Amino acid sequence: MANHDIHLSVRRGTVHALCGENGAGKSTLMKILYGMQKPDEGTITLDGEQVSLHSPADAIARGIGMVHQHFMLADYLTVLENVVLGAEKLHGIGDKARAKIKEISDAYGLGVRPDVLVEDLGVADRQRVEILKVLYRGARTLILDEPTAVLVPQEVDALFDNLRELKAEGLTVIFISHKLGEVLSVADDITVIRRGTTVASVAPSETTPKQLAELMVGSELPSPETRESTVTDTPMLNVEGLRLSATDPDGVVRAVLDGITFTIHKGEVLGLAGVEGNGQAELVEAIMGMRTPSEGVVTLDGADITQAPTRKRREGGIGYIPEDRHRHGLLLEAPLWENRILGHVTEKPNSKGGLLDNKAARVDTERIVREYDVRTPGIEVTAASLSGGNQQKLIVGREMSHQPKLLIAAHPTRGVDVGAQAQIWDQIREARHEGLAVLLISADLDELIGLSDTLRVMFRGRLVADADPATITPEELGSAMTGAATGHLEHVEDGGDAATDTAADSNDTEREGGDSA
Amino acid sequence: MSLTKKFDKDKLILGFAAPALAILAALVITSLIILATGSDPFHAYEVMVDFGSKSDSQVWIVNKATPYYLSALAVAIGFRMNLFNIGVDGQYRIAAFFAAVVGGALTLPGIIQIPVMILVAMIVGAMWAGIAGLLKTTRGVSEVISTIMLNAIGASLIGYLLQDGRLAEKEGNLIHTPYLPDSAHFFEIPTVPKPIYGFVVIAALAGAVYWFGLNRTRFGFDLRTVGRSESAAQASGVNVKRMVITSMVLSGAMAGLVGMPTLLGVSYNYGTDFPTGIGFTGIAIALLGRNHPIGMALGALLWGFLDRTGTQLEFEGYAQEIVGVIQGVIVLCVVIAYEVVRRYGLKMQQRKVGEELAAQAKSDKAEVSA
Repeated sequence: MANHDIHLSVRRGTVHALCGENGAGKSTLMKILYGMQKPDEGTITLDGEQVSLHSPADAIARGIGMVHQHFMLADYLTVLENVVLGAEKLHGIGDKARAKIKEISDAYGLGVRPDVLVEDLGVADRQRVEILKVLYRGARTLILDEPTAVLVPQEVDALFDNLRELKAEGLTVIFISHKLGEVLSVADDITVIRRGTTVASVAPSETTPKQLAELMVGSELPSPETRESTVTDTPMLNVEGLRLSATDPDGVVRAVLDGITFTIHKGEVLGLAGVEGNGQAELVEAIMGMRTPSEGVVTLDGADITQAPTRKRREGGIGYIPEDRHRHGLLLEAPLWENRILGHVTEKPNSKGGLLDNKAARVDTERIVREYDVRTPGIEVTAASLSGGNQQKLIVGREMSHQPKLLIAAHPTRGVDVGAQAQIWDQIREARHEGLAVLLISADLDELIGLSDTLRVMFRGRLVADADPATITPEELGSAMTGAATGHLEHVEDGGDAATDTAADSNDTEREGGDSA
Repeated sequence: MSLTKKFDKDKLILGFAAPALAILAALVITSLIILATGSDPFHAYEVMVDFGSKSDSQVWIVNKATPYYLSALAVAIGFRMNLFNIGVDGQYRIAAFFAAVVGGALTLPGIIQIPVMILVAMIVGAMWAGIAGLLKTTRGVSEVISTIMLNAIGASLIGYLLQDGRLAEKEGNLIHTPYLPDSAHFFEIPTVPKPIYGFVVIAALAGAVYWFGLNRTRFGFDLRTVGRSESAAQASGVNVKRMVITSMVLSGAMAGLVGMPTLLGVSYNYGTDFPTGIGFTGIAIALLGRNHPIGMALGALLWGFLDRTGTQLEFEGYAQEIVGVIQGVIVLCVVIAYEVVRRYGLKMQQRKVGEELAAQAKSDKAEVSA
C-alpha cells in the first residue's frame, strides 16, 4: 500500500535525488532497492539485468550500499574495526584492510583515519566512515537516506564535495532529502515522490525550489518568514546566570551549561542556533524542571520558578514540544486520547478534581484531530501507528490547547512534511501574535532565521553570539555554530565565502583537539 | 465511527485470544506429558472437572482464590508501573505476623479490632516494600534484587521472633502467636458444607479500588504513564522517583491484605504452619489475568481449581505433580502468547491505519468519518 506505480531510472555516474514529503514513500522505496522489503509487483533492473533482491546481503553483493539516517557504528571500536566488522572475509582485519581503507579514503577524498575511536569522531566524520563502510564492501551504487539532516551548512558542503568525487569515479549516488536547496545544488536528476508514487522527474537546471515544492505537496511552498514584529516590552521568560553541571562517564564533572542569561518577551520568538549536543537539550530540560541547575534563576511571567517541579511549570503555562517526541512527548502504545492527557493531566478538560474526565478528553482529542489536521482513522488507535508528522501535529495541538505563555519548541518540524510544516509555523506565528513567547531550537537554519525575532548561538554550553534574523545568512550563522565567530554577528556583503571557509577549517581542528583532551 | 468500533472489537478479540491460546497450548502440552507418563490425559481432565465442580470443592476454591487474588493485585500494581515486586511473599508474611501479634495482644470490640489489625498489616507490608522503593530511588538498586532479599530477611526475622518466650507460644509441636480474641474473627458467608470467608468481600472491594484508582484518577494516569515511558512521564511532570516509592508502598499495602483471609478466617494466629508462597502465585496470576481486575479474579479461581483437583488426581493413580506442571506450562504459554498477540495487534493496527489513510488519500476527500 505504501508505494504504487513507481518509475525511477538512475543513470550511472550521477547523483540522483529523491525527494518527497515525509510519509510519501521514499523510505519504503529505498528499502525495496536495498532488499529489505519485497515489492508485490514490478521489476528492478541493474546494469541492464533484471534482478530480484531478497535481502541486504543480496543488494550488497550486487554493489548496492546504503548509508542509513541513523549511524550504525560501534562507539568503542576504531574506524578500522567498524569498517571490517561483518566484512572480515574481504581483506582480513589487519594491515591489508588498513591499506584498503586508506586507498578508498584517498581515492574519494574522505579523509578517514583508520585507527581513531569512533566515539572521538564528530557527526560529519562518522558519516564519512559510514560511506567508507559501504564502499569497502564494493558498492557501486550508494543510497544515502537524509544524510544532511544532522549536518551544519559547512559540513553539508563537504559532504557534497565527497559525493561529486564519488560521481567522478563513476559511482552512482541516490540521495534522499526533502531540503530542496540541497537537492538542487548537488543532484543531476531529481525524482519527486508524492503519496507513494513518482509524480515527476526533472533536471535541476529546469526547475526552482518553488516548483519542486509544488510537485512534492501539490501546493505552494510555505515560507517560515515572519516579518512584522509583535515583540513587546513585557518579559515572559527570564533566565539569569544559569549553570548546570553533569558528570560524564569518566566521572569528571563538567559544566554543560554556563552563564546562560537571556530574556524572552511576550510576542517574541527567540531562536537558538547550535550544532546538536552543545547544551540546547540540557537548557530545555533545565527550563522544564527536568534537571536541577547548580546556579541561576529562572523567572516565568514574574514568578520565580527555579525550584518549581515540572508539573507546576507546565500548569504555570509552559508548553513543550520536545526534541525527541517518542521519548518525551508520547506514550506510543497508548491511544491518541490518552496522549492528549499526557502532560496536562491536572488541567481541564482532562480531569476534574482528582478524577480523570475521559469523556471530555476524548471529545477534545476529536477537536485537536480536526483542527490540527491529524490524519488518523480515529482517536482509539495507538500513537505508534501514526506517521511522524501526524504525531507531531497531535503534540502541537495538545500543547497549544492549554493557552501557553511560553512555548518551548525543540525542532518542531523535524521529520514533518512540508504541508504540516507550514501549518506548525502558522500556529506558532498566530500564537506569537497573541502574546506567546517562544523558545525555538532548530537545526533547520532557514526555519530558525525565518521564524525568530532574536537569534542566539549556543556553543559548548554557552551563548556565544547573537544575530539579527533580518540580515543574517545561514552560512554566517553556521560559522558561529562551530565556534569560529562570537559576539554580535554582522552580515557581511562581500568576502562572506572566504570567511566561511576558514571557519570550517578551524572547526575541524578545534573539534579534534577538544575531543582528545 | 464504524472504524472506531471495529478497533474496539478487534481489541476485545485480541484480549481474549491471548489467554485462550495460552490455556489451549498448556492443555496440549500437559496432555502430551501425561501421555508420556503412560496415563490417559482425558480421564485426568474428567476427574478434575468432576471433582472440582462438587460444592465443597467450590467453597474450597473460592477460599483459596481470595488470598491469591489479593496477591495478584499487589503484584499488578507494580507491573502497571513497570516494577517487578517479587517481594509480595515476604511482605504479606511479615504483615500478617505483626498483625497477629498486635491482634493477639488486644481485646477490643471486633468493629475496632479487625480494622486495627488490617491497618497494621497494610502499614507493615507498605513499609517492607517501601524499603525496596527507597533503595531503588536513592541507590539505584533493582527492586527485583532488593525485594527478593527482603523476602529472606523477612522470613529470618519472623523465624527469630516466632519463638516461645519471644512473641509466640508453644502448643504441642506448633509454635504460634497468641490466639486472637473471638471478637477478631471475620464474618463468614454461610454455605454448605463449609462457609466462605467473608474476606472475599474485601478482596472484591480491593479489586474495584484497584480498577478505579488506576483507570479513573489522575494519580492512576501518572502511574500508568511511568509504566509506559519513564522519560515521557518525567517530561509530562510526574515525579518519577516519588512515584516509584508510592507504588511500591501501595503494592506492599495491598500485599499486607494477602494473609488476612487466613489469619482472620481460619488460623486466628500466625504459626509455623502459616501458608507461604502466595506471593509467587500472585505473580503468575497477575500475568495470566493481564493485570486486569476481572482477568486476575478468573486466574485466581483457575489456580484454586488446579490446586484442589490436583489432590484428587493422586487417588486416581496420577502423579500429583502433574498440576504443578500444568500451572508452570500455563504461565510460560501466557507470557509467550501475550507477547505474540500484542505484537500482532500493533502490527495489524499500523497496517489498518495505513490502509485507511491510503483509501482516504485515494478518494481525496478530506472528510474523515471517524
